[in-house]
Amino acid sequence: MNNIFAIASVVIREMIRRKDFYVLFILTALITLVMGSVNFFNDGKIVRYLKEICLLLIWISSLVVAIGTMARQLPSERENRTIFPLLAKPVSRTELLLGKFLGCWLACGIALIGFYLFFGCVAMSREKTWPLINYFQAAWLHWMMLGVVVALAMLGSIVFSAASANATICFVLVVGILLLGRHLNKVSLQMSEPARTITQSIYFAIPHLEFFDVRDLIIHNWPPIRWLVCLKASAYGMLYATVFLASSCFLFRRKALNT
Amino acid sequence: MKRPLYLIVPLLLMLAVCFATDLQRWFSSVNENSKRSQDPLSLLLGDARKMFANHFFIKADAYFHSGFYPTIYDNREAFKTPHTAEDSGAMKGQNTGDEEHFPGKKRDWIDGFGRQFFPSVHTHLGQDAPGGKTNGVELADGSGDVREILPWLKTAASFDPERIETYSVTAYWLRSELKKIDEAEGFLRDGLRANPGHPQLLFELGRIYFEDRHGTNHARNVWELALRNVGDLTDWSGERRFLIGQLLGQLAKLEEGAGDYPRAMTYLASLKQVSPSPESVQKWMNDLQAKISPPN
Repeated sequence: MNNIFAIASVVIREMIRRKDFYVLFILTALITLVMGSVNFFNDGKIVRYLKEICLLLIWISSLVVAIGTMARQLPSERENRTIFPLLAKPVSRTELLLGKFLGCWLACGIALIGFYLFFGCVAMSREKTWPLINYFQAAWLHWMMLGVVVALAMLGSIVFSAASANATICFVLVVGILLLGRHLNKVSLQMSEPARTITQSIYFAIPHLEFFDVRDLIIHNWPPIRWLVCLKASAYGMLYATVFLASSCFLFRRKALNT
Repeated sequence: MKRPLYLIVPLLLMLAVCFATDLQRWFSSVNENSKRSQDPLSLLLGDARKMFANHFFIKADAYFHSGFYPTIYDNREAFKTPHTAEDSGAMKGQNTGDEEHFPGKKRDWIDGFGRQFFPSVHTHLGQDAPGGKTNGVELADGSGDVREILPWLKTAASFDPERIETYSVTAYWLRSELKKIDEAEGFLRDGLRANPGHPQLLFELGRIYFEDRHGTNHARNVWELALRNVGDLTDWSGERRFLIGQLLGQLAKLEEGAGDYPRAMTYLASLKQVSPSPESVQKWMNDLQAKISPPN
């Protein structure tokens, strides 16, 4: 367990040293503040458009941080040949992967805290309220979703040879699921066999990341979700993350590192 | 004889200016609407800006429902005409079906579970929406949250300045719910600058003068101009019938209020031909007739 935490802390320190997060945070803040300064019919209380833009930027930034950080972990270790001294120590391949996953996931969590604090400040500046439970649920579900995405990117970094290919495929998959995931069963009804069965199989097999997207509830001030539902969604996310992690460990144990 | 190089530079410059003036003439003649071509959005997007404008107009309606809105994969029968436009009277409603239950029955556990993560109750801003008047978290100064639709409507207008409904809908909500009369009038005038003399915009402007500024004469002038700009009153194609009916009805109401009953009767006679319910117009005419010549 100590090995896993040691590797995870290295990943977190790497994210702190790199400029990716800071650049994305500054861009998010700048765009949000510029949009907030726009005058709509001399009404200073309009806020929902600003919340929508800010949350959209936070989601894009967090996906960039998660996929970008995870996708380059193993390829860079292999390219720099640092993976060999690392595995020469009493660290198993599974521990290495778990450490990398935990580090990336925690790093995403730290980034999310910064993003959501900024979002809360922006919303509060206009609404004069701070619905803490709603924001906590949104951030928590967002983090759970990033767990699945990080695990998926890890699996991709073992399957695909180049980090760029892995990152691109992960982005396409994640955005595709977020946009179309919940509609696949409706789409399948318009199809004929065997396309219908294939589409429905995909619908039931994919991780439904849209469960974790509660932006509309936050933007339009809907009441918080029931905690049991939140818990079920978290368990659902963890299940998929575990499946991807287990697949990664299985493949990584059989993979030759010097190719 | 060797010529100095510095003489070539002004010569080339002169040639460039000559070409530029000639090309400018050609460029202006090629572009039918040079004014439009100067707009950066038009230059960048071309006619695609109308698609974006439509998206933002619909987005405003989605905000009006606090996010409870059908996607392209859902049953949109009850949302064919945006409710923001229908409620404002800018568009004739063509909605049918159940607006409460457009998602339909739960198809499977994923569908059922997923519905807890996005808005799934039909509400309207300023009426029963979360964070609105009835939920105790009033954010505004008693004017509800309808203001939240305004950014998208303004964006829609900037993407497609020729879309008339955007101005009418925005002006209606600005003046009726938010009591921002000056802003509503200003926005309609922006619309009139982009679409000179458009009867729908003149009708909305007349409503501001009549209902908010209580300027009967000003409203009459604007509505009569709108009626003239409508042109042939017997051509009821598209939304024209709806607009002609609205104009005649408002003019009749204005003249009745001003005491000019014969003129009001003239407008009502025309309205009777246009109205989908001529019986109610006839009843109005009978009431007016009774005022002109009270029964002994």
